[in-house]
Amino acid sequence: MIHAAIVHDPIRNQDVLAHVGADEDGATVLFLGTVRDHADGRPVTGMTYEAYEEMATPVLHEIASEAGQRVGSDRVAVVHRVGDLAIGDVSVAIAVSSPHRADAYDASRYVIEEIKKRLPVWKKEHYADGAQEWVEGTVPPGAGAASLTPKDAR
Amino acid sequence: MSVQALFFAAYRDLLGTKALDVDLPEGATVGDLVAALRGRGAPFDALPVEPAVAVNRAYALHSELLQAGDEVAFIPPVAGG
Repeated sequence: MIHAAIVHDPIRNQDVLAHVGADEDGATVLFLGTVRDHADGRPVTGMTYEAYEEMATPVLHEIASEAGQRVGSDRVAVVHRVGDLAIGDVSVAIAVSSPHRADAYDASRYVIEEIKKRLPVWKKEHYADGAQEWVEGTVPPGAGAASLTPKDAR
Repeated sequence: MSVQALFFAAYRDLLGTKALDVDLPEGATVGDLVAALRGRGAPFDALPVEPAVAVNRAYALHSELLQAGDEVAFIPPVAGG
């Protein structure tokens, strides 16, 4: 089944994997995004994630559904955590199963790349020197200036 | 008519508020809302001229017409994952 959730508590791999898998599947891919201890050479001590939850939950579900449709599998689960995370904590977990490995890898990659493009989530890095900064992000497609519509871009 | 503007992450920090009810004339667009807010002066004039927005939880262009009661979220560049 397609499963998508924004959560506040630590992500447990087994809980995410429990949403995927079928007798016809020969491959399961689990991707974990984790908080790393540096950014552009600057030591990082932790990260605060924030979401527009009322929108992020349906967008995450939409991304997972699209990933499944790409490969003909409905076994896609994605969980994104928000709140204060420490180094090594899992911020996002994506599980996909499919009959063959290529499709599972493909769908998994699609989910994380689309998250980066359009999930309304933000993260603030905490640096070793005590400073904090919102991480530079990506402008979602289809949001914002009318001048970006194809009609006006001609 | 009144719409609710929501601010997240860097925009919330900039403005010091998460939500604001804004009165607009009938027929106003997203772009009109952005202009009305920026016209309030500091700190609102530090918002981008063309920020990404979502109307009622779906990404929208600045040409979109607003209705009374709409929820308009100002979306800083996203950085999930």
